[in-house]
Amino acid sequence: MVERTFTLTNPTGLHARPAAIFVKEVQKFAGTEILVRKGEREVSARSLLSLLSLGIGQGETIVIRCEGPQEKEAMEALAALIEGGFGE
Amino acid sequence: MGPAVVYREAQPDRPAAAAGTPAEEQARYEAACRQAEAELSQLAERADSQSREILSAHQLMLQDPELHGRVAQAIQAGQPAEEAVRAAVEQFAGMLEALDDQYLRERAADVRDVGRRLVAALSGRTVGIRLERPAVVIARDLAPTDTIGLERSLLLGFVTEQGGPTSHTSILARSWGIPAVVAAHGVLEAARDGMTVALDGDAGEVVLEPDAGTRQRYEAAIARARQQAERDRAEASLPGETPDGVRVELAGNAGSPAEVALAMAKGAEGVGLLRSEFLFMGRDTAPTEEEQYQAYAEALRNAQGKRVIIRTLDVGGDKDIPYLGLPKEQNPFLGVRALRLCFRRPELFRTQLRALLRASVHGRLAIMFPMVSGLDDLRRAKAALADVRRALEAEGHPVADYEVGIMVEIPSAALLAEHLAPEVDFFSIGTNDLVQYTLAVDRGNPELASMYQPCHPAVLRLIDRVVRAAHDHSKWVGVCGEMGGLPEGALLLLGLGVDELSMAPALLPRIRRLVRATPFAKARAVAERSLALGTPEEVLTLVEPLLRRGE
Repeated sequence: MVERTFTLTNPTGLHARPAAIFVKEVQKFAGTEILVRKGEREVSARSLLSLLSLGIGQGETIVIRCEGPQEKEAMEALAALIEGGFGE
Repeated sequence: MGPAVVYREAQPDRPAAAAGTPAEEQARYEAACRQAEAELSQLAERADSQSREILSAHQLMLQDPELHGRVAQAIQAGQPAEEAVRAAVEQFAGMLEALDDQYLRERAADVRDVGRRLVAALSGRTVGIRLERPAVVIARDLAPTDTIGLERSLLLGFVTEQGGPTSHTSILARSWGIPAVVAAHGVLEAARDGMTVALDGDAGEVVLEPDAGTRQRYEAAIARARQQAERDRAEASLPGETPDGVRVELAGNAGSPAEVALAMAKGAEGVGLLRSEFLFMGRDTAPTEEEQYQAYAEALRNAQGKRVIIRTLDVGGDKDIPYLGLPKEQNPFLGVRALRLCFRRPELFRTQLRALLRASVHGRLAIMFPMVSGLDDLRRAKAALADVRRALEAEGHPVADYEVGIMVEIPSAALLAEHLAPEVDFFSIGTNDLVQYTLAVDRGNPELASMYQPCHPAVLRLIDRVVRAAHDHSKWVGVCGEMGGLPEGALLLLGLGVDELSMAPALLPRIRRLVRATPFAKARAVAERSLALGTPEEVLTLVEPLLRRGE
């Protein structure tokens, strides 16, 4: 299992478009469990609705947890997305 | 006037059809998901880029494993598929509505839209309106996904139970030029498919099954409107010129490249204001340089060689854009808006200026900076533009000739116009804000509506000062606020020597007739006497006879 903490720096946080990009990236790692935690709540990163319902805004911190055969690759891909500000 | 098509959503109180076994319900649900997905992909083929983004988000929601999980659980517990979908959708919508972020709260409507599509699919129906012959569409309210793919040429009008002036239906009706009545309570219950409906969007009147008298009244009104439209079309190519030979350019305001084309069709002699905000609103991220370049180039091409004044980004104040993360201000109209925002976000400003200058080769471009309060703002903005130009030329991008001007809307800029005039190509007076800043009256506050007076002598004096300063330096002056489209306002502005009036394209025919019927010498005399008056009422009384004569 790998776990990493991120602070979202892109202007909108995890709004619909960044969240959609995020989910599409997650879908590439079919056999790996990927979870996103903000505060007390942890949700599946495959669920756009659950991610939106976390209400992640700019400057907020989330923890991503990956577990499975491609856990390292998945974490790297998601880190690149978040650190690149989702291309915003 | 025409037959009604009543658009009813899935009945929420439909008695739960005897649920099949959980396995049967689950199979129905999965089939409905497939149908809904197919519908969305079909719609996406016909949608513009903005609608496509909405549809793509809906598709992801439709594939959401958590949504599927909750529905499956409820089905296992013995609920019919419809109930299971509704309950799951409401859970997610409720969670989104509980968030602090307004943008995310509004996504609840998207989840419900997806739910509606699923429930419809479960009973073998589709969401969305299909017209086969000309009709008036009657509905509770319309969402963007209802109207994607609607056949515009068959649409006679909209009537909705709910909604207001900024609801999707109203906005769509305005941009399509189709009559609409919103907030017509009770219409859904009274209307049946095929009933004759008469509607008057201006008066907000809807008549179901009109009697002979009402039909006649509507038929006469439709005939009059047709005649008027024909007359307007015939006169559209006439220039704005007074009987004594003074030219005033009559231009149109536009909010998108498509509206530039619309203004041209109404006989606009140019575009006096293209608001660039259309590129920035209703999305999650700022538009790229390329997207902006394409849009500006399209606007310039649509103007067929006539001048298009493109105003740089004017947000802040009452116009919020979530992804810019603007801080809440005590007094946003006096805060970080327009140019002030652009100076604080140099990257945002530079991207827009690059796109504008690259588009300059596609037509006759004029760039206008909003919210200039004095020389410092103007010089900073021009320096940014000069930097961008140098950079583009160094990269080998061709840049054609263009004009640079400012919007005069802050009283300080009007008072210092003689200092600003040598450093611009033109002024365009933004009367909406100039009136509100001069009179300290919020134009959105209904309590103060009677105090919002464009023809106030104090405002006229400022405009007079701007026109004189510009003409002393051989520069031209336009007006792009609503005052130019008001008959009394247009007459006063003509008399004050304004060179261009830019207004909503629909107002052009009336103002054109007025200008062509009013001798400049008379307008001049009235305007000069108005400058010496003390109240707006006195000004209006003075203009009145000239107005009657002109019409």
